[in-house]
Amino acid sequence: MRWIWIDRFTEFRRGEFARAVKQLSLAEEVFTAHFPGYPVMPATLLLEGLAQTGGILVGEANDFREKVVLAKIAKAKFQGEALPGDEITFETTVLYIRPEGAAVRGRVLANGAELGEAEVTFAHLDQARSQQMFGEQNFVFGGFLKDMLKTLIK
Amino acid sequence: MQKEEIYQKVSNTLVEALNVDETEVKPNSTLQGDLGAESIDFLDIVFRLEREFGIKIPRGELFPESIFQGDPEMVLNGRVTARGIEELRSKMPFADLTEFVANPDISHMSDLFTVDLIARYVEGKLAASKA
Repeated sequence: MRWIWIDRFTEFRRGEFARAVKQLSLAEEVFTAHFPGYPVMPATLLLEGLAQTGGILVGEANDFREKVVLAKIAKAKFQGEALPGDEITFETTVLYIRPEGAAVRGRVLANGAELGEAEVTFAHLDQARSQQMFGEQNFVFGGFLKDMLKTLIK
Repeated sequence: MQKEEIYQKVSNTLVEALNVDETEVKPNSTLQGDLGAESIDFLDIVFRLEREFGIKIPRGELFPESIFQGDPEMVLNGRVTARGIEELRSKMPFADLTEFVANPDISHMSDLFTVDLIARYVEGKLAASKA
């Protein structure tokens, strides 16, 4: 399966704000083991969805030139569980975008109700001289992640 | 803004950025050694300081990224030379180098970065912006 934890963007304001949704399906692999007889979406993967939404938001602000990678998650709080059949919404608001990295404030909702929040910090790899290690090609946005913005239906 | 107020705000900023208890933050607490800061945290600290004090912190001004650039005239056998100390003084005028000069071991450089250093830096920036 592809490592993509958001389905579609529903709102996008360059350098400011992005909202994406994900429909949870019982058919997804993750529910087989988590947990047998009691399927519940791991909060870590909800954070991953938040990171992907925010990562594309800050990446696009630099036209996907930077290798944006998740570096730190702070103050993550969840007050409930997300279950198969729920519609998850990820909202990310830019706190700052600097040459070395960026941060967003994130909210996670389930069926429109607030489920959790976290602060997500990203690093711009090349700004830390990674071009020596990882080469010219942007391996973060090289594949389908960049194309996710095409899902935005205006 | 008074020194005490600046120090208090700097302390609050570090509590927020590093998720430490207020009681752990003392004037001579080192960011990495005592408060567990990592490189990604420095970015966070810079952003919060800018926002809290309304100042602009250019990249590398508070947390220099490569002061000596491997220059053997500035660092020799793991010790910072006199020339290196001068470079340090000019790049970080807000740092207290007394202890470091006594034992200029390059591996102890991170000990320079204390809560007090940040407070002095902010004081300097605020004073300069008034001038």
